[in-house]
Amino acid sequence: MTAVVAGVSSLALLTGCGAADMTKQASPFANAQGAKTVTLSVQSWVGAQANVAVAQYLLEHKLGYRVDTVQIDEVPAWDALSQGRVDALMEDWGHPEEEQRYVKDKKTIVPGGDLGVTGHIGWFVPTYFAEQHPDVTDWKNLDKYADQMRTAESGGKGQLMDGSPSYVTNDKALVENLDLDYQVVFAGSEAAQITQIKQFAKEKKPFLTYWYSPQWLFKKVPMTEVKLPEYKEGCDADPEKVACAYPHTPLQKYLNADFAKTGGEAAALLKKFKWTTEDQNEVSLMIAEQKLSPEEAAKKWADSHESTWKAWLS
Amino acid sequence: MATVTTTAPRIAVPGVLKHPVPRKLLLLALAAAILVPLANARWASGSWPAALTVDFTEPLTKASVWIIDNRDSHPLFLYFFGHISNAVVIAVRAVYLVLLAAGWAGVTAAGALVAWRVAGFRLAAGTGIAFLACGFLGMWIPTMQTLALMVVAVLASVAVGALLGLAAGLSDRMDRILRPVLDTMQVLPAYAYLLPVVLVFGMGVPAAVLATVVYAAPPMARLTALGLRGADKEVLEAVESLGTTARQRLLTARIPLARKELLLGLNQTIMMALSMAVIASVIGAGGLGDRVYQALGSVDVGAALAAGIPIVLLAVVLDRVTGAAGEALGDEPQPGGRARWVYALVAAVAVAVAGRLAGRLDWPDAWALNIAEPVNRAVDWMTDHLYSGVPVIGGTADWAAHFTTWVLDPVRDTLQWLPWWSVLLIVAALAWLIGTWRTALSAVLAMAAIGVLGVWTPTLDTLSQVLAAVAVTLALGFATGIAAARSDRVERLLRPVLDVFQTMPQFVYLIPVVALFGVGRAPAVAAAVVYALPAVVRITTQGLRQVDPAALEASRSLGATPAQQLRQVQLPLARPALLLAVNQGVVLVLAVVIIGGLVGGGALGYEVVAGLAQGDLATGLVAGAAIVCLGLMLDRVTQPTERRAKKGA
Repeated sequence: MTAVVAGVSSLALLTGCGAADMTKQASPFANAQGAKTVTLSVQSWVGAQANVAVAQYLLEHKLGYRVDTVQIDEVPAWDALSQGRVDALMEDWGHPEEEQRYVKDKKTIVPGGDLGVTGHIGWFVPTYFAEQHPDVTDWKNLDKYADQMRTAESGGKGQLMDGSPSYVTNDKALVENLDLDYQVVFAGSEAAQITQIKQFAKEKKPFLTYWYSPQWLFKKVPMTEVKLPEYKEGCDADPEKVACAYPHTPLQKYLNADFAKTGGEAAALLKKFKWTTEDQNEVSLMIAEQKLSPEEAAKKWADSHESTWKAWLS
Repeated sequence: MATVTTTAPRIAVPGVLKHPVPRKLLLLALAAAILVPLANARWASGSWPAALTVDFTEPLTKASVWIIDNRDSHPLFLYFFGHISNAVVIAVRAVYLVLLAAGWAGVTAAGALVAWRVAGFRLAAGTGIAFLACGFLGMWIPTMQTLALMVVAVLASVAVGALLGLAAGLSDRMDRILRPVLDTMQVLPAYAYLLPVVLVFGMGVPAAVLATVVYAAPPMARLTALGLRGADKEVLEAVESLGTTARQRLLTARIPLARKELLLGLNQTIMMALSMAVIASVIGAGGLGDRVYQALGSVDVGAALAAGIPIVLLAVVLDRVTGAAGEALGDEPQPGGRARWVYALVAAVAVAVAGRLAGRLDWPDAWALNIAEPVNRAVDWMTDHLYSGVPVIGGTADWAAHFTTWVLDPVRDTLQWLPWWSVLLIVAALAWLIGTWRTALSAVLAMAAIGVLGVWTPTLDTLSQVLAAVAVTLALGFATGIAAARSDRVERLLRPVLDVFQTMPQFVYLIPVVALFGVGRAPAVAAAVVYALPAVVRITTQGLRQVDPAALEASRSLGATPAQQLRQVQLPLARPALLLAVNQGVVLVLAVVIIGGLVGGGALGYEVVAGLAQGDLATGLVAGAAIVCLGLMLDRVTQPTERRAKKGA
């Protein structure tokens, strides 16, 4: 008993008596050795790494900050952002529920503006296959090719490969509602999905996959989108009844509310950060294909696009 | 010649088995004959009947929303969790700052000198080299972050574990209460409790440290209890006769007598904590784990390996040093031992100060080896040449497809086709044959709980993968173990390989298994085999080597060939060790189910991963609970009672 009392009281002493504010806890690795630190969250796809790499490079080399990066999935990243564990989320693909909760209700997160990149999710087949069979690019003809898309994992049906569970997907409902002879196989992570796509491409095998743009892999494995029934506002409102394509989403940035106010030059830079799909792909490709470190890739891009980032600093 | 072999050890087995087995089976059949028609009449369904499930989605979702809404304002968080969280942040930060202030030279010197004092010159050199290697790989800062996290997590785990162990060691009632709790803490897949921990503490270091404590404290608790209970009765009586109080007895006799177990507990706790370092990166712990995880984002095995190697090095160094400390216990203290500690301390400080004065605190960027590129080239070569179209034997992708169609599919389909009550009957029969009616009951209840949770079908899918992986692991593990037991050379060559496989973060081989076997259940099985194999090999080797040399000598003198010796003497005598290997194989394979979810294994593993990624407490926690129940059931079915009685001592 005495041990417990002693433990609790020493805890209180250590942390200062009274209430502990859980929204004001930065990473223990932040601000070490007296540097100004910004913590950015990175999502698992390379596009997100590219945004962060460039932001990190500019913050470190032009503004003298020290940048910590933390890799987390999107939904947990919102949570971390609201608590101030990370300062900014550079690429969000649309999370209406979280937006309502943290931006509108709790006001712990503020929008950081457009990233400048428009994202789009869809179903894709490799271009080498689409060229041989042009009609595969309409969903109505997919059943004809189900046999060729079959794998050991998809049972008797064709395989529609989905990626990480953190990604926005309606594919299970789509296959059912469009009455397709396909089985959704979840690769479970983007790394697994990319590895499998590359293997298929090496052998020139046909495949059907959930994929998204902007994405560096298109440069390596050209893919053609399969037309799904057209997207109309609200057609994906009921997740059980979805039978239409995915929307085009202008990607957003979000900042922790406190950081947006007190973050000084760093917050200003992150708010102004806005580039194009081509810019992002250029950096992504350097990271993922040429295996440059994110820092080298960012430096290369920054050296050749001075006018773009100069505008963010002013 | 072949007829005159020793059959002595085998006589006992059928004798024991003869009576209880038919009796148990008969009783079970009788019970089934009464219960099954009843169950079938009420809930006629092949899969688990919907009427017998409980939906936890709503309460769990409500709980998580409540936490998020109240986290910044409720007193429970402001005055309790908040302080814990702050204390963790402050402690980790303090250690990290000390490590940074010591600089790379100071940390390396301190590590080597501590290793020298505790474990001798060779390990000191190894420790120094290991630290320098972390620097050369360009991982100095992440290594220090991981080290800071580890120091705090291990200290907390040891404190918690020792307290629990003390309670369990001194009171039989506490022991009975704590045992199932510790079992659950160890079987629960780490992924499943990352989410609740994150909800309460938020992303980042505090959640990572606390999740690590949950995972790493049980071995400390178990071994502490074991040490306290195992203390020599005569010594205790002698101390008692001196008129000491209970507390004095504890402090002067029981704890010092248990220090070997305590050190072993520390060793186990360190290993478990390190294996959490990578998993914890998923919730933003930073450090080496985060580097591994980020490298995966760009499908860069080389970079993942560069961050994985320091983890392996830290693990090996810490394992060997604490292991050596345990062995040195009880030796006579060397003369002047204390003075040498002082020298070591002074030397470490001197090096740190020298590094500081020379302005060489940070690891120089120029001193870096780039291993990522050659590693990636090797992986590319492997997948280019092995994936498919290898003449005669076919490529790995073909094997994977065959394995899926011929092994995984039939096993899964059979399990899912079996009526639910017959699965329960089979579990009951297996558990009862190997144990008592209590074991059978707990196994059946665990299996039934899965049905009640509403995840019967995916669980059987996972079970089919586990069974297949265990079968492959045992086949490979027994063969390798036998080879290692027969030849010292093989064992020596194998040891570092096993070390690496056991400590390399599982995330690192996620890409290679997909590159070789494609997306699906086959790579999930492959990952599980790689992870579980080292333990099975080790236990098999050890079991075979410990067979009484006299029995071997006797059989040899009777003219048995080596093969006969193995089959008829060594294997039967090593049976307990082999059973333990089976049990460990099952437990370890189950621990990789989550990784399976990341490479397309689907089923429970995927649901746990999805729960975390979507912040969906209901999906993740229910699937995690099902994995626990599955683990409990498999443990009961593979672990004979005698050993359990001994383990609980």
